[in-house]
Amino acid sequence: MTSAGTEIREWQRYTRRERLARFALYFGIVFACVVSLRTVQIIPEFLYDAPEQVADLLQRMWPIEWRYYPKGVHEALIETLHIATLGTILAIIMALPLGMLAAGNVTPNAGLNYFAKLLLVSSRSVNSLVWALLFVAIFGPGALAGTMAIAFRSIGFVGKLFSEALEEARPGPIEALRSCGAPWPSVFIKGYWPQVEPAFWGIALFRWDISVRESAVLGLVGAGGIGMAIDSALNLFQWNRVALMLVVIFSVVLIAEVIVTAIRKRII
Amino acid sequence: MTDPAAAARPPAFLPNWPARLAWLALIVYSFYAASILDVTWERFLLGIENGIRFIGRMFPPDTGTSKLQLLAKGLYESIEMAIIASALGIVLSLPIGLLAARNLMPAWITWPMRLFIALCRSFHQVIIAIIFVKAVGFGALAGILALTVASIGFIGKLFAEAIEEISLKQVEAIRATGAPFMSVIAYGVLPQVLTRFVGFATYQVDSNLRNSNMVGLVGAGGIGGTMFAAFQRFDFDFLLTILLAIIAVIMVSEALQNQIKKLYQ
Repeated sequence: MTSAGTEIREWQRYTRRERLARFALYFGIVFACVVSLRTVQIIPEFLYDAPEQVADLLQRMWPIEWRYYPKGVHEALIETLHIATLGTILAIIMALPLGMLAAGNVTPNAGLNYFAKLLLVSSRSVNSLVWALLFVAIFGPGALAGTMAIAFRSIGFVGKLFSEALEEARPGPIEALRSCGAPWPSVFIKGYWPQVEPAFWGIALFRWDISVRESAVLGLVGAGGIGMAIDSALNLFQWNRVALMLVVIFSVVLIAEVIVTAIRKRII
Repeated sequence: MTDPAAAARPPAFLPNWPARLAWLALIVYSFYAASILDVTWERFLLGIENGIRFIGRMFPPDTGTSKLQLLAKGLYESIEMAIIASALGIVLSLPIGLLAARNLMPAWITWPMRLFIALCRSFHQVIIAIIFVKAVGFGALAGILALTVASIGFIGKLFAEAIEEISLKQVEAIRATGAPFMSVIAYGVLPQVLTRFVGFATYQVDSNLRNSNMVGLVGAGGIGGTMFAAFQRFDFDFLLTILLAIIAVIMVSEALQNQIKKLYQ
Protein backbone atom coordinates (compact mmCIF):
# COMPACT_ATOMS: atom_id res chain seq x y z
CA MET A 1 0.00 0.00 0.00
CA THR A 2 2.75 2.48 0.95
CA SER A 3 4.40 4.14 -1.95
CA ALA A 4 8.18 4.44 -2.23
CA GLY A 5 8.05 8.18 -1.39
CA THR A 6 6.60 7.76 2.09
CA GLU A 7 9.05 5.25 3.48
CA ILE A 8 9.48 5.51 7.23
CA ARG A 9 12.47 7.67 8.11
CA GLU A 10 14.41 6.96 11.24
CA TRP A 11 15.11 10.15 13.17
CA GLN A 12 18.10 10.35 15.42
CA ARG A 13 19.07 13.07 17.82
CA TYR A 14 22.83 12.76 17.52
CA THR A 15 25.25 12.11 14.70
CA ARG A 16 27.02 8.79 14.52
CA ARG A 17 30.24 10.39 15.81
CA GLU A 18 28.50 11.89 18.83
CA ARG A 19 26.89 8.58 19.67
CA LEU A 20 30.21 6.79 19.36
CA ALA A 21 31.92 9.37 21.59
CA ARG A 22 29.22 9.02 24.22
CA PHE A 23 29.40 5.26 24.10
CA ALA A 24 33.19 5.49 24.50
CA LEU A 25 32.70 7.74 27.53
CA TYR A 26 30.23 5.40 29.24
CA PHE A 27 32.41 2.44 28.41
CA GLY A 28 35.43 4.27 29.79
CA ILE A 29 33.64 5.06 33.06
CA VAL A 30 32.51 1.46 33.58
CA PHE A 31 35.92 0.16 32.55
CA ALA A 32 37.69 2.47 35.03
CA CYS A 33 35.37 1.40 37.84
CA VAL A 34 35.79 -2.31 37.11
CA VAL A 35 39.58 -2.10 36.78
CA SER A 36 39.85 -0.09 40.00
CA LEU A 37 37.62 -2.48 41.90
CA ARG A 38 39.57 -5.51 40.69
CA THR A 39 43.05 -4.19 41.37
CA VAL A 40 42.64 -2.04 44.48
CA GLN A 41 44.35 -3.61 47.46
CA ILE A 42 41.75 -4.26 50.09
CA ILE A 43 42.54 -6.70 52.85
CA PRO A 44 39.26 -8.58 53.44
CA GLU A 45 40.37 -9.80 56.87
CA PHE A 46 40.32 -6.19 58.03
CA LEU A 47 36.80 -5.79 56.74
CA TYR A 48 35.40 -8.79 58.63
CA ASP A 49 36.18 -7.38 62.05
CA ALA A 50 35.10 -3.83 61.17
CA PRO A 51 31.92 -4.02 63.33
CA GLU A 52 34.00 -5.13 66.32
CA GLN A 53 36.49 -2.37 65.67
CA VAL A 54 33.75 0.25 65.45
CA ALA A 55 32.20 -1.04 68.68
CA ASP A 56 35.64 -0.91 70.30
CA LEU A 57 36.15 2.63 68.98
CA LEU A 58 32.84 3.85 70.38
CA GLN A 59 33.58 2.15 73.69
CA ARG A 60 36.95 3.90 73.90
CA MET A 61 35.41 7.24 72.93
CA TRP A 62 32.80 6.98 75.66
CA PRO A 63 32.62 8.73 78.08
CA ILE A 64 33.76 11.93 76.35
CA GLU A 65 36.40 13.57 78.50
CA TRP A 66 34.72 16.96 78.97
CA ARG A 67 37.10 17.91 81.79
CA TYR A 68 39.94 18.14 79.29
CA TYR A 69 38.32 21.05 77.41
CA PRO A 70 39.58 23.99 79.52
CA LYS A 71 43.04 22.47 79.89
CA GLY A 72 43.95 21.30 76.42
CA VAL A 73 41.32 22.19 73.84
CA HIS A 74 40.07 25.72 74.45
CA GLU A 75 43.35 27.46 73.61
CA ALA A 76 43.90 25.31 70.51
CA LEU A 77 40.35 26.00 69.36
CA ILE A 78 40.80 29.77 69.68
CA GLU A 79 44.09 29.45 67.80
CA THR A 80 42.30 27.53 65.02
CA LEU A 81 39.70 30.30 64.70
CA HIS A 82 42.44 32.96 64.59
CA ILE A 83 44.31 30.97 61.93
CA ALA A 84 41.18 30.71 59.80
CA THR A 85 40.19 34.37 60.19
CA LEU A 86 43.62 35.93 59.81
CA GLY A 87 44.45 33.59 56.92
CA THR A 88 41.26 34.60 55.14
CA ILE A 89 41.96 38.32 55.73
CA LEU A 90 45.51 37.95 54.38
CA ALA A 91 44.16 36.05 51.39
CA ILE A 92 41.62 38.80 50.67
CA ILE A 93 44.31 41.50 50.86
CA MET A 94 46.42 39.60 48.33
CA ALA A 95 43.49 38.44 46.21
CA LEU A 96 41.97 41.91 45.64
CA PRO A 97 44.79 43.21 43.41
CA LEU A 98 45.15 39.82 41.72
CA GLY A 99 41.41 39.71 41.02
CA MET A 100 41.56 43.22 39.56
CA LEU A 101 44.49 42.19 37.36
CA ALA A 102 42.66 39.06 36.23
CA ALA A 103 39.43 40.90 35.27
CA GLY A 104 39.56 41.87 31.60
CA ASN A 105 37.41 45.01 31.96
CA VAL A 106 39.41 46.47 34.87
CA THR A 107 42.83 45.67 33.41
CA PRO A 108 42.62 45.79 29.62
CA ASN A 109 45.87 43.92 29.09
CA ALA A 110 45.70 40.28 28.01
CA GLY A 111 49.24 39.50 29.20
CA LEU A 112 48.56 40.75 32.76
CA ASN A 113 45.18 38.96 32.81
CA TYR A 114 46.84 35.72 31.85
CA PHE A 115 49.61 36.11 34.41
CA ALA A 116 47.16 36.85 37.24
CA LYS A 117 44.97 33.92 36.24
CA LEU A 118 48.00 31.62 36.23
CA LEU A 119 48.87 32.69 39.80
CA LEU A 120 45.26 32.14 40.91
CA VAL A 121 45.10 28.68 39.33
CA SER A 122 48.37 27.56 40.90
CA SER A 123 47.15 28.70 44.32
CA ARG A 124 43.98 26.68 43.95
CA SER A 125 45.48 23.49 42.58
CA VAL A 126 47.63 22.87 45.67
CA ASN A 127 45.68 21.45 48.61
CA SER A 128 45.78 23.41 51.86
CA LEU A 129 47.50 20.47 53.60
CA VAL A 130 50.28 20.58 51.02
CA TRP A 131 50.59 24.34 51.48
CA ALA A 132 50.80 23.64 55.22
CA LEU A 133 53.61 21.10 54.67
CA LEU A 134 55.57 23.63 52.63
CA PHE A 135 55.08 26.43 55.16
CA VAL A 136 55.97 24.19 58.09
CA ALA A 137 59.26 23.56 56.32
CA ILE A 138 59.73 27.29 55.81
CA PHE A 139 58.48 28.88 59.04
CA GLY A 140 58.76 25.91 61.38
CA PRO A 141 55.81 24.23 63.11
CA GLY A 142 53.18 26.54 64.54
CA ALA A 143 50.31 28.86 63.83
CA LEU A 144 52.25 31.06 61.39
CA ALA A 145 52.60 28.15 58.95
CA GLY A 146 48.88 27.39 59.26
CA THR A 147 47.90 31.02 58.67
CA MET A 148 50.05 31.22 55.56
CA ALA A 149 48.69 27.87 54.31
CA ILE A 150 45.08 29.07 54.65
CA ALA A 151 46.00 32.39 53.06
CA PHE A 152 47.75 30.89 50.06
CA ARG A 153 45.05 28.31 49.45
CA SER A 154 42.34 30.97 49.68
CA ILE A 155 43.94 33.50 47.31
CA GLY A 156 42.99 31.47 44.26
CA PHE A 157 39.43 30.91 45.43
CA VAL A 158 38.72 34.53 46.44
CA GLY A 159 40.64 35.99 43.50
CA LYS A 160 38.86 33.87 40.90
CA LEU A 161 35.36 34.60 42.18
CA PHE A 162 36.18 38.30 42.72
CA SER A 163 37.50 38.74 39.17
CA GLU A 164 34.39 37.00 37.82
CA ALA A 165 32.19 39.40 39.82
CA LEU A 166 34.19 42.36 38.46
CA GLU A 167 33.77 41.13 34.90
CA GLU A 168 30.00 41.07 35.39
CA ALA A 169 29.88 44.72 36.52
CA ARG A 170 27.76 46.96 34.28
CA PRO A 171 29.89 49.39 32.23
CA GLY A 172 27.39 52.30 32.53
CA PRO A 173 28.47 53.84 35.86
CA ILE A 174 32.14 53.29 34.97
CA GLU A 175 31.76 55.13 31.69
CA ALA A 176 29.90 57.97 33.46
CA LEU A 177 32.75 58.37 35.96
CA ARG A 178 35.42 58.18 33.25
CA SER A 179 33.66 60.73 31.08
CA CYS A 180 33.76 63.32 33.87
CA GLY A 181 37.50 62.77 34.21
CA ALA A 182 37.69 60.69 37.38
CA PRO A 183 41.13 59.14 38.05
CA TRP A 184 41.22 55.32 38.14
CA PRO A 185 41.14 54.93 41.96
CA SER A 186 37.89 56.90 41.99
CA VAL A 187 36.55 54.88 39.09
CA PHE A 188 37.27 51.71 41.03
CA ILE A 189 35.97 52.89 44.42
CA LYS A 190 32.81 54.61 43.17
CA GLY A 191 32.19 52.68 39.95
CA TYR A 192 33.18 49.04 40.42
CA TRP A 193 33.21 48.63 44.19
CA PRO A 194 29.53 49.42 44.90
CA GLN A 195 28.56 46.92 42.21
CA VAL A 196 30.72 44.07 43.45
CA GLU A 197 30.50 44.73 47.19
CA PRO A 198 27.67 42.27 47.97
CA ALA A 199 29.41 39.57 45.92
CA PHE A 200 32.68 40.38 47.64
CA TRP A 201 31.29 39.94 51.16
CA GLY A 202 29.51 36.78 50.07
CA ILE A 203 32.78 35.32 48.75
CA ALA A 204 34.72 36.38 51.86
CA LEU A 205 32.18 34.79 54.22
CA PHE A 206 31.96 31.62 52.15
CA ARG A 207 35.73 31.29 52.18
CA TRP A 208 35.91 31.94 55.92
CA ASP A 209 33.44 29.11 56.47
CA ILE A 210 35.64 26.75 54.41
CA SER A 211 38.79 27.99 56.16
CA VAL A 212 37.34 27.14 59.58
CA ARG A 213 36.82 23.54 58.44
CA GLU A 214 40.26 23.30 56.86
CA SER A 215 42.19 24.92 59.68
CA ALA A 216 41.00 22.16 62.01
CA VAL A 217 43.13 19.58 60.17
CA LEU A 218 46.23 21.65 59.42
CA GLY A 219 47.63 20.70 62.82
CA LEU A 220 48.01 17.10 61.65
CA VAL A 221 51.08 18.23 59.72
CA GLY A 222 52.21 20.53 62.51
CA ALA A 223 50.69 23.83 61.42
CA GLY A 224 49.03 24.77 64.71
CA GLY A 225 45.47 24.80 65.95
CA ILE A 226 43.22 22.02 67.20
CA GLY A 227 44.65 19.55 64.69
CA MET A 228 47.85 19.37 66.74
CA ALA A 229 45.84 18.47 69.83
CA ILE A 230 44.03 15.76 67.83
CA ASP A 231 47.33 14.45 66.53
CA SER A 232 48.86 14.07 69.99
CA ALA A 233 45.68 12.52 71.42
CA LEU A 234 45.61 10.05 68.51
CA ASN A 235 49.23 9.08 68.95
CA LEU A 236 48.55 8.34 72.63
CA PHE A 237 45.28 6.48 71.80
CA GLN A 238 43.33 8.85 74.06
CA TRP A 239 40.12 8.27 72.17
CA ASN A 240 37.87 9.98 74.71
CA ARG A 241 39.86 13.18 74.14
CA VAL A 242 39.61 12.69 70.36
CA ALA A 243 35.85 12.33 70.77
CA LEU A 244 35.76 15.60 72.71
CA MET A 245 37.66 17.39 69.95
CA LEU A 246 35.42 15.95 67.24
CA VAL A 247 32.36 17.22 69.11
CA VAL A 248 34.03 20.63 69.53
CA ILE A 249 34.91 20.85 65.80
CA PHE A 250 31.40 19.78 64.84
CA SER A 251 29.81 22.49 66.99
CA VAL A 252 32.23 25.18 65.81
CA VAL A 253 31.55 24.32 62.17
CA LEU A 254 27.81 24.45 62.83
CA ILE A 255 28.11 27.81 64.63
CA ALA A 256 30.24 29.20 61.80
CA GLU A 257 27.61 28.15 59.28
CA VAL A 258 24.83 29.76 61.33
CA ILE A 259 26.84 33.01 61.64
CA VAL A 260 27.61 33.07 57.92
CA THR A 261 23.97 32.51 56.96
CA ALA A 262 22.83 35.23 59.37
CA ILE A 263 25.33 37.83 58.12
CA ARG A 264 24.66 36.87 54.52
CA LYS A 265 20.94 37.49 54.98
CA ARG A 266 21.64 40.96 56.41
CA ILE A 267 24.20 42.06 53.81
CA ILE A 268 22.92 40.58 50.60
CA MET B 1 24.43 84.78 47.93
CA THR B 2 24.62 81.01 47.90
CA ASP B 3 21.95 79.28 45.95
CA PRO B 4 19.57 77.75 48.55
CA ALA B 5 18.85 74.80 46.26
CA ALA B 6 22.55 73.97 45.95
CA ALA B 7 23.11 74.31 49.71
CA ALA B 8 20.22 71.98 50.48
CA ARG B 9 21.47 69.31 48.11
CA PRO B 10 23.23 66.55 50.06
CA PRO B 11 26.73 65.52 48.99
CA ALA B 12 26.70 62.86 46.28
CA PHE B 13 28.62 60.31 48.34
CA LEU B 14 27.57 60.24 51.98
CA PRO B 15 30.16 58.92 54.42
CA ASN B 16 29.05 55.55 55.76
CA TRP B 17 30.18 55.62 59.39
CA PRO B 18 29.12 52.09 60.44
CA ALA B 19 31.01 50.64 57.49
CA ARG B 20 34.11 52.69 58.31
CA LEU B 21 33.96 51.51 61.93
CA ALA B 22 33.65 47.92 60.72
CA TRP B 23 36.73 48.33 58.53
CA LEU B 24 38.63 49.81 61.49
CA ALA B 25 37.57 46.89 63.70
CA LEU B 26 38.78 44.46 61.04
CA ILE B 27 42.19 46.14 60.91
CA VAL B 28 42.49 46.21 64.72
CA TYR B 29 41.53 42.53 64.82
CA SER B 30 44.16 41.66 62.20
CA PHE B 31 46.94 43.22 64.28
CA TYR B 32 45.64 41.59 67.47
CA ALA B 33 45.44 38.15 65.83
CA ALA B 34 48.87 38.59 64.26
CA SER B 35 50.37 39.39 67.66
CA ILE B 36 48.70 36.34 69.24
CA LEU B 37 49.82 33.97 66.49
CA ASP B 38 53.38 35.32 66.71
CA VAL B 39 53.29 36.56 63.13
CA THR B 40 56.24 38.92 63.21
CA TRP B 41 58.39 40.51 60.54
CA GLU B 42 61.59 38.89 61.85
CA ARG B 43 60.07 35.42 61.63
CA PHE B 44 58.89 36.25 58.16
CA LEU B 45 62.39 37.30 57.04
CA LEU B 46 63.92 34.22 58.67
CA GLY B 47 61.27 32.15 56.91
CA ILE B 48 62.19 33.56 53.52
CA GLU B 49 65.80 32.59 54.16
CA ASN B 50 64.66 29.07 55.12
CA GLY B 51 62.38 28.99 52.13
CA ILE B 52 65.19 29.69 49.70
CA ARG B 53 67.26 26.89 51.24
CA PHE B 54 64.19 24.60 51.15
CA ILE B 55 63.53 25.27 47.49
CA GLY B 56 67.22 24.80 46.77
CA ARG B 57 67.06 21.31 48.28
CA MET B 58 64.00 20.46 46.19
CA PHE B 59 65.90 20.82 42.94
CA PRO B 60 66.52 18.77 40.92
CA PRO B 61 63.47 16.53 41.46
CA ASP B 62 64.43 12.97 42.43
CA THR B 63 63.82 10.57 39.53
CA GLY B 64 65.57 7.43 40.79
CA THR B 65 63.96 4.21 39.51
CA SER B 66 62.95 2.89 42.93
CA LYS B 67 61.44 6.26 43.85
CA LEU B 68 59.53 6.44 40.59
CA GLN B 69 58.11 2.95 41.21
CA LEU B 70 56.99 4.07 44.67
CA LEU B 71 55.43 7.15 43.13
CA ALA B 72 53.60 5.22 40.41
CA LYS B 73 52.22 2.71 42.94
CA GLY B 74 50.94 5.43 45.28
CA LEU B 75 49.52 7.57 42.53
CA TYR B 76 47.77 4.60 40.93
CA GLU B 77 46.19 3.70 44.26
CA SER B 78 45.08 7.32 44.76
CA ILE B 79 43.37 7.37 41.38
CA GLU B 80 41.68 4.02 42.04
CA MET B 81 40.43 5.29 45.38
CA ALA B 82 39.05 8.43 43.76
CA ILE B 83 37.23 6.44 41.05
CA ILE B 84 35.64 3.92 43.41
CA ALA B 85 34.72 6.54 45.99
CA SER B 86 33.15 8.76 43.33
CA ALA B 87 31.12 5.90 41.90
CA LEU B 88 29.92 4.83 45.36
CA GLY B 89 29.24 8.41 46.44
CA ILE B 90 27.27 9.26 43.31
CA VAL B 91 25.16 6.09 43.48
CA LEU B 92 24.42 6.55 47.18
CA SER B 93 23.74 10.28 47.11
CA LEU B 94 21.03 9.88 44.45
CA PRO B 95 18.52 8.19 46.82
CA ILE B 96 19.76 10.15 49.85
CA GLY B 97 19.26 13.46 48.06
CA LEU B 98 15.78 12.38 46.95
CA LEU B 99 14.84 11.36 50.49
CA ALA B 100 16.12 14.66 51.89
CA ALA B 101 14.06 16.88 49.55
CA ARG B 102 11.36 18.51 51.64
CA ASN B 103 8.91 19.06 48.79
CA LEU B 104 8.67 15.34 47.96
CA MET B 105 9.03 13.52 51.26
CA PRO B 106 7.34 13.73 54.66
CA ALA B 107 9.21 15.45 57.48
CA TRP B 108 9.93 12.25 59.42
CA ILE B 109 12.23 11.04 56.65
CA THR B 110 13.75 14.37 55.51
CA TRP B 111 14.98 15.38 58.96
CA PRO B 112 17.11 12.30 59.66
CA MET B 113 18.44 12.44 56.09
CA ARG B 114 19.33 16.13 56.35
CA LEU B 115 21.06 15.49 59.66
CA PHE B 116 23.02 12.63 58.09
CA ILE B 117 24.11 14.86 55.19
CA ALA B 118 25.12 17.63 57.61
CA LEU B 119 27.16 15.12 59.61
CA CYS B 120 28.91 13.90 56.45
CA ARG B 121 29.68 17.47 55.46
CA SER B 122 30.92 18.99 58.66
CA PHE B 123 34.16 17.03 59.02
CA HIS B 124 37.16 17.35 56.79
CA GLN B 125 37.96 14.22 54.72
CA VAL B 126 41.15 13.66 56.66
CA ILE B 127 39.30 13.54 59.99
CA ILE B 128 36.75 11.09 58.57
CA ALA B 129 39.70 9.07 57.28
CA ILE B 130 41.13 8.86 60.82
CA ILE B 131 37.91 7.23 62.04
CA PHE B 132 37.82 4.79 59.12
CA VAL B 133 41.47 3.86 59.56
CA LYS B 134 40.56 2.75 63.06
CA ALA B 135 37.43 0.95 61.84
CA VAL B 136 38.77 -0.93 58.79
CA GLY B 137 42.51 -0.71 59.23
CA PHE B 138 45.24 1.02 57.24
CA GLY B 139 44.98 1.01 53.48
CA ALA B 140 42.91 2.02 50.51
CA LEU B 141 39.54 0.91 51.92
CA ALA B 142 39.63 3.52 54.69
CA GLY B 143 40.40 6.21 52.12
CA ILE B 144 37.62 5.03 49.82
CA LEU B 145 35.06 5.12 52.64
CA ALA B 146 36.22 8.57 53.82
CA LEU B 147 35.97 10.03 50.31
CA THR B 148 32.57 8.36 49.82
CA VAL B 149 31.23 9.99 52.98
CA ALA B 150 32.53 13.38 51.83
CA SER B 151 30.95 12.85 48.39
CA ILE B 152 27.58 12.03 49.93
CA GLY B 153 27.79 15.19 52.03
CA PHE B 154 28.51 17.41 49.04
CA ILE B 155 26.36 15.89 46.26
CA GLY B 156 23.53 14.97 48.63
CA LYS B 157 23.14 18.50 49.95
CA LEU B 158 23.25 20.22 46.57
CA PHE B 159 21.04 17.58 44.94
CA ALA B 160 18.39 17.92 47.66
CA GLU B 161 18.46 21.69 47.23
CA ALA B 162 18.14 21.34 43.46
CA ILE B 163 15.09 19.09 43.88
CA GLU B 164 13.51 21.58 46.26
CA GLU B 165 13.72 24.20 43.52
CA ILE B 166 11.94 22.18 40.79
CA SER B 167 8.61 23.17 39.31
CA LEU B 168 5.86 21.02 40.83
CA LYS B 169 3.58 21.40 37.81
CA GLN B 170 5.15 18.51 35.93
CA VAL B 171 5.10 16.37 39.05
CA GLU B 172 1.42 17.12 39.50
CA ALA B 173 0.67 16.37 35.85
CA ILE B 174 2.25 12.95 36.14
CA ARG B 175 0.52 12.28 39.45
CA ALA B 176 -2.80 13.22 37.81
CA THR B 177 -2.40 10.39 35.32
CA GLY B 178 -2.36 7.99 38.25
CA ALA B 179 1.29 7.10 37.89
CA PRO B 180 2.91 5.19 40.76
CA PHE B 181 5.51 6.89 42.93
CA MET B 182 8.59 5.60 41.11
CA SER B 183 7.22 6.84 37.78
CA VAL B 184 6.60 10.27 39.29
CA ILE B 185 10.24 10.37 40.35
CA ALA B 186 11.52 9.03 37.03
CA TYR B 187 9.41 11.21 34.71
CA GLY B 188 8.48 14.24 36.83
CA VAL B 189 11.47 14.93 39.06
CA LEU B 190 14.64 13.48 37.55
CA PRO B 191 14.40 15.10 34.09
CA GLN B 192 14.33 18.50 35.79
CA VAL B 193 17.41 17.95 37.94
CA LEU B 194 19.54 15.42 36.08
CA THR B 195 21.79 17.96 34.35
CA ARG B 196 22.53 19.68 37.66
CA PHE B 197 23.16 16.29 39.30
CA VAL B 198 25.70 15.46 36.59
CA GLY B 199 27.33 18.84 37.21
CA PHE B 200 27.67 18.22 40.95
CA ALA B 201 28.92 14.69 40.29
CA THR B 202 31.69 15.77 37.91
CA TYR B 203 32.76 18.49 40.34
CA GLN B 204 32.96 15.88 43.09
CA VAL B 205 35.00 13.50 40.90
CA ASP B 206 37.49 16.31 40.46
CA SER B 207 37.58 17.08 44.14
CA ASN B 208 37.91 13.39 45.07
CA LEU B 209 40.87 13.14 42.72
CA ARG B 210 42.54 15.97 44.65
CA ASN B 211 41.60 14.74 48.10
CA SER B 212 42.59 11.11 47.44
CA ASN B 213 46.16 12.42 47.52
CA MET B 214 45.60 13.81 51.02
CA VAL B 215 43.87 11.06 53.01
CA GLY B 216 47.13 9.08 52.93
CA LEU B 217 48.50 11.51 55.52
CA VAL B 218 46.69 9.54 58.22
CA GLY B 219 47.37 6.12 56.69
CA ALA B 220 44.32 5.76 54.46
CA GLY B 221 46.16 4.70 51.31
CA GLY B 222 47.32 6.48 48.21
CA ILE B 223 50.24 8.77 47.54
CA GLY B 224 49.68 10.91 50.66
CA GLY B 225 51.51 8.52 52.96
CA THR B 226 54.54 8.44 50.67
CA MET B 227 54.46 12.22 50.44
CA PHE B 228 54.34 12.72 54.19
CA ALA B 229 57.14 10.19 54.70
CA ALA B 230 59.30 12.01 52.14
CA PHE B 231 58.61 15.26 53.97
CA GLN B 232 59.52 13.87 57.37
CA ARG B 233 62.74 12.34 56.05
CA PHE B 234 63.70 15.71 54.53
CA ASP B 235 63.57 13.96 51.15
CA PHE B 236 62.57 17.27 49.59
CA ASP B 237 63.65 16.40 46.06
CA PHE B 238 61.34 13.37 46.07
CA LEU B 239 58.61 15.59 47.57
CA LEU B 240 58.88 17.86 44.55
CA THR B 241 58.60 14.87 42.18
CA ILE B 242 55.41 13.79 43.98
CA LEU B 243 53.92 17.28 43.91
CA LEU B 244 54.65 17.66 40.19
CA ALA B 245 53.08 14.26 39.50
CA ILE B 246 49.93 15.17 41.46
CA ILE B 247 49.59 18.47 39.61
CA ALA B 248 50.06 16.65 36.29
CA VAL B 249 47.27 14.17 37.15
CA ILE B 250 44.91 17.01 38.10
CA MET B 251 45.67 18.89 34.88
CA VAL B 252 45.08 15.78 32.74
CA SER B 253 41.76 15.21 34.51
CA GLU B 254 40.73 18.83 33.93
CA ALA B 255 41.55 18.55 30.22
CA LEU B 256 39.50 15.33 30.04
CA GLN B 257 36.58 17.02 31.78
CA ASN B 258 36.65 19.90 29.31
CA GLN B 259 36.46 17.40 26.45
CA ILE B 260 33.50 15.64 28.10
CA LYS B 261 31.72 18.96 28.68
CA LYS B 262 32.13 19.77 24.97
CA LEU B 263 30.56 16.43 24.13
CA TYR B 264 27.41 17.36 26.03
CA GLN B 265 26.92 20.88 24.75
